[in-house]
Amino acid sequence: MTIAIVDYGMGNLFSIYNALDYVGGSPKIISEPDELAGVGGIVVPGVGAFGQCMDRLCRFEGALSSARECGTPIFAICIGLQVLFEESEESPAARGLGWIRGRVVKLPSSVMIPQMGWNSLSIKRPVEMLQGIEDGDMFYFVHSYYGQPEDKSRIVATTEHGVDVTAAIARDNLFATQFHPEKSGAKGLRILENFVRAIRC
Amino acid sequence: MLARRIIPCLDCDMGVPGGRVVKGIEFQQIRYAGVPWELAGQYYEDGADEIVFLDITASHERRETMTSVIKKTSRSVFVPLAVGGGINSVEQAREVFNAGADKITVNTSALKRPELISEISDRYGNQAVVLAIDAKRRYTLEEGRHIVQTEQGACWFECSFYGGRQFTGIDAIAWASRAVSLGAGEILLTSMDRDGTYDGFDIPLTNAVAKRVNVPVIASGGCASPDHMLEVFKKTDASAALAASIFHFGEWNIRNVKTYLKERGVNVRI
Repeated sequence: MTIAIVDYGMGNLFSIYNALDYVGGSPKIISEPDELAGVGGIVVPGVGAFGQCMDRLCRFEGALSSARECGTPIFAICIGLQVLFEESEESPAARGLGWIRGRVVKLPSSVMIPQMGWNSLSIKRPVEMLQGIEDGDMFYFVHSYYGQPEDKSRIVATTEHGVDVTAAIARDNLFATQFHPEKSGAKGLRILENFVRAIRC
Repeated sequence: MLARRIIPCLDCDMGVPGGRVVKGIEFQQIRYAGVPWELAGQYYEDGADEIVFLDITASHERRETMTSVIKKTSRSVFVPLAVGGGINSVEQAREVFNAGADKITVNTSALKRPELISEISDRYGNQAVVLAIDAKRRYTLEEGRHIVQTEQGACWFECSFYGGRQFTGIDAIAWASRAVSLGAGEILLTSMDRDGTYDGFDIPLTNAVAKRVNVPVIASGGCASPDHMLEVFKKTDASAALAASIFHFGEWNIRNVKTYLKERGVNVRI
């Protein structure tokens, strides 16, 4: 089944395309909301700033909501994770999708910002999307802000960068990572493979 | 806590069909080491945290060869890829990003026109712009220079450009700091005194820059053994160590080096 990679005009989607292709998925880059109907899974990649991302993503909002209600597996990455929240300190005037109650805040000034590099996961809750991943496995992060859900049970993994940073969240058919699985070597590919498998089920 | 990164560097001659990885000694004497995308694949399998491609020929018509190398590499290599060599406009940066690069490195073009750093970082973010500095020790002290104490005496560091063939008179430490304020998200710091010598990284240089800027510093030049990497990680705040020959010629592989470092208390990704 097709995995739609949502192209909302923020650039480079080849990495995620290549990674999904590599693990046996059938990715397709789509740039119109009506192309989301009937796909097996959806990837919301993330580049740019929160407000800019929402500006460009908002025309997909209806189609994404419908897919979510239908139970289509959705995987959001980096800024893609952040726009699931209600709002962000990065762009105070912008509203997020609000699928996860809570807000996105800046990393503490005591650490290097952006956090850029490989950091280890602390798994809070076992989920199918993290099958094959162990506590301490490292993933590639590039970000200056992080999500703080009101309901902490949404957090499935954290990483430490001055504070406990939300690294992955899950809710029903929704899964999101602050790190880039498509740039995280074999472990990142494993998570994408779990996603491809979830679509086949 | 962020891991210290180990980054193999592929200096590429894109004048050869398909490209060739080469290695100079003290910025001269070229030796052929292999096909770029094959070596990149090998390093990825060995556990490289990131891979840097530098086009040492960097003429306009050869950029197509570089983009095809990156396209080919990014199909099966899933760690960040940084690409540099002769990129002097946002348009050229775009071609490289579109081929699958995550970061671009600038050196000569940024020294000639510093605004290039802001132009690229405004469009692609600070994390996508790496400023490469080739620094050479100068023991003739001058007013207004950042003076650094070394075992060989006090010196300042001068930036070179055009692949080490010309000098700029620009203070490397001041330039690093200015580049960060313009939007550079990382500094790739090469010691010209150590490059190709196998004497180890220039610790005082790395320390001086890492203390000065609040972005990651990649130490480069002179690495011949895991001990050199251990030294730079123990004695400086370098976020990453870059090496070429040590990996190209099979003396050590990345996995061995990382195991060696981990056993000695360095936080690396295994």
